[in-house]
Amino acid sequence: MRLVLERRNEQSVAVAVLSPLLAVVLTLVTGAVLFAVLGKPPLEALRIYFLDPLTEPWALQEMAVKATPLVFIAVGLSLCYLANAWNIGAEGQFLIGAVAGGGIAVATHGTGAGPWVLPAMLLVGAAAGALYALIPAFCKVRFGASEILVSLMLVYVAELVLDYLVRGPWRDPKGYNFPTTAPFDPVAVMPTFSEASRLHFGSVLALLVVIGAAVVLRSTLKGFEIRLVGAAPKAARFAGFDDKALVLVTFAISGALAGFAGVVEVSATVGHLQPGISPGYGFTAIIVAFLGRLNPVGILIAALFLALTFIGGEGAQISLKVPLDVTKVFQGILLFYVLACDTLILYRFRVMPAHPKAAHAA
Amino acid sequence: MRRLFVAAAVLALALGAGAAQAQNKLKIGFVYVGPIGDYGWTYQHEVGRRALMEQFKDKIETSYLENVNEGPDAERSIEALVRAGHKLIFTTSFGFMDATAKVAKKYPNVWFEHATGYKRDKNLATYSGRFYEGRYILGQIAARMSKTNTIGYIASFPIPEVVSGINAMMLGAQSIKPDMKIKIIWVNTWYDPGKEADAAKALADQGADIIAQHTDSPAAMQMAEQRGIKAFGQDSDMIKFGPKAQLTAIINNWTPYYVERVKLALDNKWTTGDVWGGLKSGLVQMAPYTNMPDDVKTMAQQTEAAIRDGKMHVFKCPVSGQDGKAVECKGGTHLSDEQILGMNFFIKGIDDKVPGK
Amino acid sequence: MLLEAVLLTVITASTPLLLAASGELVAERAGVLNLGVEGMMIVGAACGFAGAFLSGSILLGALCGILGGAALAAVFALLTLGLAANQVASGLALTILGVGVSGLIGAGFVGQKIAGAPHLYIPFVTDIPFMGRVIFGQDGFVYVSITLIAGIWWFLYRTRAGLVLRAVGDNHASAHALGYPVLRIRALAVLFGGACAGLGGAYLPLAYTPFWVSGMTAGRGWIALALVVFASWLPGRLALGAYLFGAVTILQLHAQGAGLGVPSQLMTALPYLATIVVLVAISWARGRAGSPAPASLGLAFVPDR
Repeated sequence: MRLVLERRNEQSVAVAVLSPLLAVVLTLVTGAVLFAVLGKPPLEALRIYFLDPLTEPWALQEMAVKATPLVFIAVGLSLCYLANAWNIGAEGQFLIGAVAGGGIAVATHGTGAGPWVLPAMLLVGAAAGALYALIPAFCKVRFGASEILVSLMLVYVAELVLDYLVRGPWRDPKGYNFPTTAPFDPVAVMPTFSEASRLHFGSVLALLVVIGAAVVLRSTLKGFEIRLVGAAPKAARFAGFDDKALVLVTFAISGALAGFAGVVEVSATVGHLQPGISPGYGFTAIIVAFLGRLNPVGILIAALFLALTFIGGEGAQISLKVPLDVTKVFQGILLFYVLACDTLILYRFRVMPAHPKAAHAA
Repeated sequence: MRRLFVAAAVLALALGAGAAQAQNKLKIGFVYVGPIGDYGWTYQHEVGRRALMEQFKDKIETSYLENVNEGPDAERSIEALVRAGHKLIFTTSFGFMDATAKVAKKYPNVWFEHATGYKRDKNLATYSGRFYEGRYILGQIAARMSKTNTIGYIASFPIPEVVSGINAMMLGAQSIKPDMKIKIIWVNTWYDPGKEADAAKALADQGADIIAQHTDSPAAMQMAEQRGIKAFGQDSDMIKFGPKAQLTAIINNWTPYYVERVKLALDNKWTTGDVWGGLKSGLVQMAPYTNMPDDVKTMAQQTEAAIRDGKMHVFKCPVSGQDGKAVECKGGTHLSDEQILGMNFFIKGIDDKVPGK
Repeated sequence: MLLEAVLLTVITASTPLLLAASGELVAERAGVLNLGVEGMMIVGAACGFAGAFLSGSILLGALCGILGGAALAAVFALLTLGLAANQVASGLALTILGVGVSGLIGAGFVGQKIAGAPHLYIPFVTDIPFMGRVIFGQDGFVYVSITLIAGIWWFLYRTRAGLVLRAVGDNHASAHALGYPVLRIRALAVLFGGACAGLGGAYLPLAYTPFWVSGMTAGRGWIALALVVFASWLPGRLALGAYLFGAVTILQLHAQGAGLGVPSQLMTALPYLATIVVLVAISWARGRAGSPAPASLGLAFVPDR
């Protein structure tokens, strides 16, 4: 007797609801064991990890702040991935967007420029992100060079561009030659909901992007094209869709969203340009995109969930005095459970009698 | 389903009540930029934190957050420490400056200490080390010990602390041998042992027989040991990694400062301030002088004593820039602290350019 | 001899990349995209150092590194092959887990050192001027890495098993229809990939810089992944790519030491830019021959029955 996977013919609603719950239960049990082994009170640890962030208004706002860039980037990436275009370099597009948009803030610093500055930053940031993403897309369609490699290498280049600018030409003249630009003027700062809060209007924009992407994918021809090219490239070609143009389009959109996320992030939470403006958002967003099953609403939930694990992990470091590594291990295990339980939605287990023929099949 | 939620809520309340027990200890928080296992910058701060626990035992409680990103996360991480009841918070990297200043403004009843920055407030003090003092001594030793008259310098990023360190080393070297040469490699990282070792090898292959570094790991020291050349340690005493190679090391010793500030906080006498401690305060320490003849050792000790007692200043005027012209002397007989804190020029005798200039 | 010295440094810098990328190449040839190379490398590094420090033997350390990398790969295999979970997300999650695990394993070893792996020395032969040390004076890992990639080439193109592995990666449905155990072959390939990544990671604290600090792989796993794509999944070109990347990295350091006065950021960006340029040139020259990637790469396989 052996267990094998079998594709479900139709997706069951009950399973779709139960699978995340199963992941949660497994996580809680594993977490309790892990913390007990470490000599920490298991129930309290789980409370700090999962309940505290959800019950404190401050932590909820911080979750939204943390999830915002992930949502922007992951929605864009999901369009790429649906169309079989492999953009791995969102981190670089994020940085270039931040650099280009932030550049306007640097250029207008102290000039008393009007309220047009922030909208201009957002537009330029998105445009720069799109252009930067078009480099690998162009290399792909023109020369057949792998977009995975080119987009990944351009991440390192973007980091160094930012580094060069903030240490060189854009350095704050009053900043003792430290690697930051001058602080952005108020017209270049994304407004927050209240004085004391970090929750900013970028989060609202992220929600709009989720809704927009959901509408585009579900009910427009472009959305259909994206889904078709990804699912059945040959059929799409017969239908007259240009798969090369689609690579360019989806890369441009995801680059624009990543660049937008970058400029939103520097104008809302950092307030100037400096190295290290991204804690790896471009890479985390790849997990978010797949965790959300490349679906805009799913991505929203996945981003909030990941934000919860970051903030809960920070709480655990402070209150339980566990090292960061423990929270990382826990986060990894958690993601594994969610990914594994996802399987149940598409497949079911079946017990098979062990006979020689079946041994081949698995 | 509904019942499940109610049960969860009750459980949460019960647990919450249990956790909110009376706390009379002073809670102290540390925000680190690297992992405590970096055996470099962050590790030395962690040594300070552990020393606090040792000294004050149950009068205090300490927490730390490691590998905190200097961008969007910093403000949240610092605020999370405040909200968990920490009353004294040390943020230990330059990149935390703006975030620390923002949170300090928001919580006037919490004391903050930011390392290596320049923004201060009623409840935000700054502290740093005059590491350049040690580097002058390294320069003198290098000039006495080098046969090729070439120092190899592994630099991280062109921030003033690194630039002033290179200048101080060359001033020291020139005080012995005016024609000493320095080769500089910027590795664009604080922390990549492999790359630091590669840079050290490249410098040695190009004829440098004394390696100095302003990066965190002992990789260069180990390489020097293998190659049979000499090197200076950084952040901590690296003699273990180079028993035949290490001449001395500049040790970042934060413990005395942390102890002093925590004492003040416990007595409720904490006030803001700006401490830039050097050899005198013990914040900068020299590891034992090893692998050198006695006369070189004596010279190093004398220079160390002279700097410590204030009899000499590393950036004594006139200091000539690369163009040979003397730099404006804002501190009377030596460059002002402000000039050193913002240093972005190389002195005469260094052929390289300051990146980004 | 400056050239000899440069070559020696280049080989040291390239070897961990080559080791990790060799394993990933095999896994990807079998159709599995494991983005967790960085995680497997850093666990390999931590296990490798711990093993060598406790046992006093570099060989045992290397073995521990291999086992550590393979153990992490086993988790990945269970998830993506056993449960058909998404490979891209699982690989990235594996890196998060690996970084955490390595930190926990290594915590007790910070500030410790070991004697690095010994270098080969054959009297007279190694002393041959110029190429003697380059060819006959390396540490054991270097020879293993070269043998490994040559062996992989031989396996993929000269053995029946290699043919089957490639078939599984190119069309898992057909391979299954022919009666080959797709999942078992993929699991072995993933384990092999993890073992190689673990060995590549272990090279860092055992030979490159013989001590442990957390995060010491510093992104080399990502470079290894990129090299596999760069190589168009061909073993020969993988070796070329690894040494090219190492060479540009080292040469830019030398250029700086010589004082060329170019911004260091541009110099640091050179290896990445060079990789892009060479890849574009190769792809252009190849023309419209279609993608060289294994056709089933990254796709989950669940047999229909």
